[in-house]
Amino acid sequence: MPHIDLPDGFPGISAGFTFRPETAKPMRQLAHILLHEPNSLSPGERELIATYVSSRNNCHFCQSSHGAAAACHLGDATVVNQVKTDFLSAPISDKLKSLLIIAGKVQQDGKLVSSADVQAARNLGATDLEIHDTVLIAAAFCMYNRYVDGLGTWQPSNPEMYAQMGRHLADEGYLAPSIKQPVEQALSAS
Amino acid sequence: MPHIALPPGLPGIRGAMAFRPETARPLNALVEILLTGPSTLTRGERELIATYVSSRNCTHYCHSIHGAVAAAHLGGDEALVKQVKTDFTQANISPKLKALLIIAGKVQQDGKLVTAADVQAARVLGATDLEIHDTVLIAAAFCMYNRYVDGLGTDQPDDEALYRERGRRVARDGYVTVSEEYLATHAHAAAH
Repeated sequence: MPHIDLPDGFPGISAGFTFRPETAKPMRQLAHILLHEPNSLSPGERELIATYVSSRNNCHFCQSSHGAAAACHLGDATVVNQVKTDFLSAPISDKLKSLLIIAGKVQQDGKLVSSADVQAARNLGATDLEIHDTVLIAAAFCMYNRYVDGLGTWQPSNPEMYAQMGRHLADEGYLAPSIKQPVEQALSAS
Repeated sequence: MPHIALPPGLPGIRGAMAFRPETARPLNALVEILLTGPSTLTRGERELIATYVSSRNCTHYCHSIHGAVAAAHLGGDEALVKQVKTDFTQANISPKLKALLIIAGKVQQDGKLVTAADVQAARVLGATDLEIHDTVLIAAAFCMYNRYVDGLGTDQPDDEALYRERGRRVARDGYVTVSEEYLATHAHAAAH
């Protein structure tokens, strides 16, 4: 039961976005630039960072939808689960592992990021822009996760809904809603 | 010493924004709507929420600048801003704002800590759904801005006069207008 009168049938952040379109616009633009626009980090890698941070914040809606988007980009759902549970043993690049270490520290407190963490990422080929974007993706998901949880939004457990959202996010990005109308009862049953 | 090569002479979030103007635009647009857009919460009240969350996250740059903007909106009352940072329950602010600060403090830790009772308490004191929504989002957004500023190791000066002067300008002109000067200056410098 959401804390305020959010529109029925809109899960997670789509309810907050529908309730307040003025703030939804820059929040969508930010996610689109960070996760979808061209970047030397692949969209799959950036979705893994978003998924990892959302998982550490225990935000079910965000880790499920971004995990589904990552799985679409990477053609592999197993690696997504490994990144959530133990990214150090996941089949991802050493550079991405070093960026996930930075993201995990930002998730706790930005002040925990050390010059040694940044140097380690740089030695593995990370650029300043990639380090910047990793810090901002991690920081931004500390916002999105708190927004979704703090409003008490409806976060269904049905994997099929997240799979559909993930496909939309992977294909279209974040500017247009992935949930355009209330989710049907059949999908919401969980 | 910042962790990456941020443009010099721009402390706190300004250096980070000048480094990446593409993300600076939605970041500034969001803070502009939340803290300066039309709202039944005053600009001073909204800046106090931002200041309180930034103070709990121990982000010196953000709690100093937003504290200064709040003071500018509140007739220069810096003592009140300090009181909200240290113990808002004793501050000379409305019971409704205190109820919203309780919600903001929980969002700062974890959004799941906000209870129906917290929200009901705010509502009984006159808070609307939109005010509760915006309180949650201001608190969430400052968990982002704070981590962005700290995570890049930005320069965060101690000079209170610097924040006071800039706080007045932001209170007068807003975030987007004030940001254009350093975003444009940097783009101009990069073009040469």
